[in-house]
Amino acid sequence: MRDRAASPHQGGWTIALIAVALLFMTLFLLLPLVTVFAQAFASGIPAYLAGIADPNALSAIRLTLLVAAVTLVVNVIFGLAASWCLARFAFPGRSLILTVLDLPFSVSPVVAGLMLVLLYGRQGWFGQWLETHDLRIIFALPGMIIATIFVTLPFVARELIPLMQEQGAEEEEAAILLGASGWQTFLRVTLPKLRWGLLYGVLLSNARAMGEFGAVSVVSGNILGLTDTMPLHIRAMYDDYNIVAAFAVASLLACLALLTLVAKTILERRFLGAQREARIA
Amino acid sequence: MTEAGREAPSPALPAHPRRDAVLPVRQRRVGWFPRHSILPGFGLSLGITLLVLSIIVLLPLAAMMGDATSLGWSGFTKLLASPRVQGAFRVSLVCSLLAAVTSAIFGLLIAWVLVRTRFPGRRLADAMVDLPFALPTAVAGIALSTLYAPNGWLGALLAPLGIHVAYTVAGVYVALTFVGLPFVVRSVQPVLQDLEAEQEEAATTLGANPLQIFRRVLLPAILPSLCSGFAMAFARALGEYGSVIFISSNRPMQSEIVPLLIVNRLEEFDFNGAAAIGTLMLVLSFCVLLGITLLQRLTLSPRHA
Repeated sequence: MRDRAASPHQGGWTIALIAVALLFMTLFLLLPLVTVFAQAFASGIPAYLAGIADPNALSAIRLTLLVAAVTLVVNVIFGLAASWCLARFAFPGRSLILTVLDLPFSVSPVVAGLMLVLLYGRQGWFGQWLETHDLRIIFALPGMIIATIFVTLPFVARELIPLMQEQGAEEEEAAILLGASGWQTFLRVTLPKLRWGLLYGVLLSNARAMGEFGAVSVVSGNILGLTDTMPLHIRAMYDDYNIVAAFAVASLLACLALLTLVAKTILERRFLGAQREARIA
Repeated sequence: MTEAGREAPSPALPAHPRRDAVLPVRQRRVGWFPRHSILPGFGLSLGITLLVLSIIVLLPLAAMMGDATSLGWSGFTKLLASPRVQGAFRVSLVCSLLAAVTSAIFGLLIAWVLVRTRFPGRRLADAMVDLPFALPTAVAGIALSTLYAPNGWLGALLAPLGIHVAYTVAGVYVALTFVGLPFVVRSVQPVLQDLEAEQEEAATTLGANPLQIFRRVLLPAILPSLCSGFAMAFARALGEYGSVIFISSNRPMQSEIVPLLIVNRLEEFDFNGAAAIGTLMLVLSFCVLLGITLLQRLTLSPRHA
């Protein structure tokens, strides 16, 4: 069907259009990606490995993994809770919550960081209270985690809400009427149905969490080896004209991006395939 | 379900201990608003949702707006009158607009090529479209600035022509086009897929030339999705920071974007100024968001009708 639809468009016009589209994609998408790896290996493999094995780079990698792990746990719990109450219940204020949920997508990462500084920073609303209790959020790990959660918050929830709505509540209601407890119903009925959507949301929020720059740079204070995540380390190295080291760490993030794209493509095929089957059945 | 639905209004009846005991526990807790579900966990899930949203989004939002208002109206107008602030908004708005237009044109072309034509490597190209979503902005920033630097692969080609992209305002435009492209492709693509190719074929058979087909057949059908992709690309470009600061010279009045201005204000400990500019950006992106929502309704309504 699709192949038949494509057949009439194979004249000279079409070939020209394909060429222009591919040229644009090469210039804007492929070349930047190739540049990352070319620059990373520009001085040979030993220099590349030295850039990654640098203690500051290693601590940046550790910090990035830690921030992403905490973020993902919060995102999954929040996503499941939000989709449960927003997709399964009708209540006043529901659409308001949905609007607030979308906010992080439309707010500049820098503005997100700024908001957190104004709330949790020393001059912020909670600044006095935090200082007397000897707690540090801004220029420290908690602030970076909160900032990363802010920018990734909608990913899982936005993936699960439409999925749950589409699936309907009949199976859960049947389980409850048959005497299953709430948690049993959730773990045995709801969660298995959501697994691909959940994985998809986690994948997207992980890519964003590990790569977040703007929001984290505002709240981190850029303390080398202490509050530097990988993107911040890349910037520090780049500003130091240590180009190979910057691109070496960048190449790791580029690999993560490529892996994400591959996994996303596979999941989309599986996920959409499963949904199509469900619609037929 | 119907059983439970009939029992639900029971709190209105006089309390009867034995009748109450027969009801499932969760039914007795029906609160002050209607719930049409026998499912448990409403209170817990709503509680978690509101708690996280408050700590992460709502309270910080309130803090910024509170700080912005403490600047006062006169302070706000003074801030807006500053040439540096005006310059940053000009750079951000003009570059974002041009980048979104470029994304719209080439995004539409790429979407059409991906849906309507077959060529080797098409699936790979399809997956590549999402690269700007997946590639961290800092990585994109250093890659683009290296590529367009005077000694870079593309910069070396453009330099003899007198075109300098890296460390100029043109670099801002290139970076913003990079981040905006997938929004347009991904909003136009599904609409094109749903659109029967037969209409285009019929137009060809009836003697229409490609330009006529594009204007009379294709464009009317995909215009809402194209507009919404454009708006999303524009909104994203306005807030973009990571990829821009590497490729731009970040000179005030010339290539300084609004997010960078906010960072500069913060570094100078001008918290109220930063909050005011941040609030202004928020209002701006809210307007764009509102536009997207209205356009999406426009896109969806014909299919639901």
